[in-house]
Amino acid sequence: MSTPIELLPEPTLRTESDYPFCPGCGHGPVLDALNAAMVKLELEPHEVVIVSDIGCAGLSDQYFATSAFHGLHGRSITYATGIKLMRPDLTVVVIMGDGGTGIGGAHLLSAARRNIGITVLVLNNFNFGMTGGQHSTTTPEGFLTPTTPAGNLEAPLDICATVGVNGAAYSYRGTSFDADLVDRIAEGITTTGLAVLDVWDLCTAYFVPNNKFGRRQIDQTMEALGLESGVLYRKETQELATAYRRLAEGQREGLRVKTVTASVAPTLERRLHFVVAGSAGGRVRSAARLVALAAMRSGLWSAQRDDYPTTVKSGHSVSEVIISPEELHYSGIEHPDVLVVVSEDGVGKAGPYLEAMTDSDTVFVAAGLEHPVTEAQVIVLDPAQSDVRIPRASLALAMVAKAVHHTGVVPFDLFEESAGEGGFGEKNLALVAAGIELSD
Amino acid sequence: MQGEDEIASIGMCIGAAMTGARAMTATSGPGVSLYSENIGLAIMGEVPLVIVDVQRLGPSTGAATTTAQGDVQFVRWGTGGGFPIIALCPSTIGECYTLTMKAFDLAERFRCPVFLMADKELALTMRTVDADDYKSVAVRQRPVIDPDDLDPPMEYRYEPAGEVVPMQLYGGKHPVRFTGSAHDQEAYITKKPGILGPLNRHLIDKIDNHVDEISLVKTDLEDGANTLLLSYGVTAGSMREAVARARAEGTKVSAITLQSLWPVPEREIMAAASGIERIVVAELNPGLYLRELERLLPDTEIVGISRIDGVLIPPTQMLEAIV
Repeated sequence: MSTPIELLPEPTLRTESDYPFCPGCGHGPVLDALNAAMVKLELEPHEVVIVSDIGCAGLSDQYFATSAFHGLHGRSITYATGIKLMRPDLTVVVIMGDGGTGIGGAHLLSAARRNIGITVLVLNNFNFGMTGGQHSTTTPEGFLTPTTPAGNLEAPLDICATVGVNGAAYSYRGTSFDADLVDRIAEGITTTGLAVLDVWDLCTAYFVPNNKFGRRQIDQTMEALGLESGVLYRKETQELATAYRRLAEGQREGLRVKTVTASVAPTLERRLHFVVAGSAGGRVRSAARLVALAAMRSGLWSAQRDDYPTTVKSGHSVSEVIISPEELHYSGIEHPDVLVVVSEDGVGKAGPYLEAMTDSDTVFVAAGLEHPVTEAQVIVLDPAQSDVRIPRASLALAMVAKAVHHTGVVPFDLFEESAGEGGFGEKNLALVAAGIELSD
Repeated sequence: MQGEDEIASIGMCIGAAMTGARAMTATSGPGVSLYSENIGLAIMGEVPLVIVDVQRLGPSTGAATTTAQGDVQFVRWGTGGGFPIIALCPSTIGECYTLTMKAFDLAERFRCPVFLMADKELALTMRTVDADDYKSVAVRQRPVIDPDDLDPPMEYRYEPAGEVVPMQLYGGKHPVRFTGSAHDQEAYITKKPGILGPLNRHLIDKIDNHVDEISLVKTDLEDGANTLLLSYGVTAGSMREAVARARAEGTKVSAITLQSLWPVPEREIMAAASGIERIVVAELNPGLYLRELERLLPDTEIVGISRIDGVLIPPTQMLEAIV
């Protein structure tokens, strides 16, 4: 009598549950190939995260003993990207259907461009099989589905070429019947960047009966569409999560904080509003900033609120500065105490301010600008009369200097101190000096 | 990391959070629309996550870089199912710092997405800040557990309802399952009513049964005041100014600033409203939070001050509403 030999169990990353797929469905064989590929690579269940999309392909994760993420339709690549970014050491495999390539097309493209080191396995059966067989991005022209009852008019998405030309390190097109599928999946998993495997298979519930489709028709369709099979793109590339870490090394960490210390006790008794209205590119905001900084240096609270078009470098630029001996809770302006109008674009925005201003307020206007009638005192400044040439882009600073010097809203020496800081300090101080000499 | 769209950004955050990372994504109203489905995923999958909504004016693309507070109900009801969420709302720059930390802490505490509701005015207006206003809040470490220590091992637990189970994270010694579908305690998809009921009840109770751990308000009450001003976010700044001006003129007034909007800090609002004849709710939207007050205090006069023209509510407009 012979002793029975105790067989070691076959290594597997599958659970004991049977797949839930329809008889003849191609998904099971592809998942078996994925399992065999992972076994071949000697991966342990905790080293792998299977990120499943939605639809029949989305059920897949439940039949593996690996870690799993089952999220939203079309978005599986985004979760996989987040996981891989944080844990480049994990093997992350996305299992999605052709439906997901349409819903999440943007993610497929970006994954290719980024070369995030995940493997995307597309179980491509040309229709939304779970919901009744509606056509998808990969349904070939002329084929019948419930939503294309007279034949599909749209060209199918070439998944492999799309990701390939957009940077993916690896793309492969094949079928669930391919003998080399295990090796190709293993190749995909060991690829450094993004690997996409477009695996064509049969939906026996809908696409097969609707189109008298079968194994032979898969090959015929591929040929008729002029789509090649096999490994179509393969290149060496850097992987995003790893490259990101390399790039981040040596980058400066933490916040860059610049503190402003008050050097004198505040003398201002009430809240004041200082507005500069000019053109984008006219350094309106940086000129206004100097008023706010001078206020802070004199122990006041300040706020600066800017308004400019979304085009940023064209049109108006308006900067409102509020200074106050009390903490500022409300950053709106009821009316400006001082308004500086630098350019035609500024005039266009100055109307409501000028209308609200009273005879105790002051407006500084560049010579030649026509502005609406106001009760405020108007002081015209003509840069053409200046001994020093004041470039158009610097007029805001020169006029703001004059306005500060004339009205004393903030101590002029602290304004100068603020203007003199930084790389442009000397140039700024020359403009401030020219500015205070401005007159009509 | 900049995503290709808001869907990708929040998706990456959710994936990253499942490895143990603290994750935050930020957008404005239109972006929250794109977050919507994944907000539901984070609720269902019980993922700690911070979502910043820098609100802008109007539906659709609206008025870019124009301030508003129009998303206060949107974030509450912003995904399918009607399940509770947590939303905090800073009204100063210092509070942006403090409440962001608080948002992370609550996200860890309740394993859920937490909104931080800012607005354009708060985000883009430069202001003097006092370094002392940057108060640190303790942010708890994520409660995590090794699956081996659970018997039976389970990713989720919802009995007793409302008790939050420590997370299991990817990358440890054992596989971990996550799902956004209705699931049993081991994260396998199920539609059994006997499981779905407790699962969904758990998602509701874990927030609603712990409102006192979430509620944050700042009250400034005055004896003998007939009017209670109520506001939040940047509009609460105008309110503080209005209160100071009113009191300087000898007018009595009370005020409450809501730092947590969802769940509604009902107990704190009711306490502040005690003895009050009239509540003035100031907000930069068509009167969205007002309805919460009408629901809470049906016998009190509730007056709304709302603006939807991109202009901050000036303190003068609030002063006119004080009786």
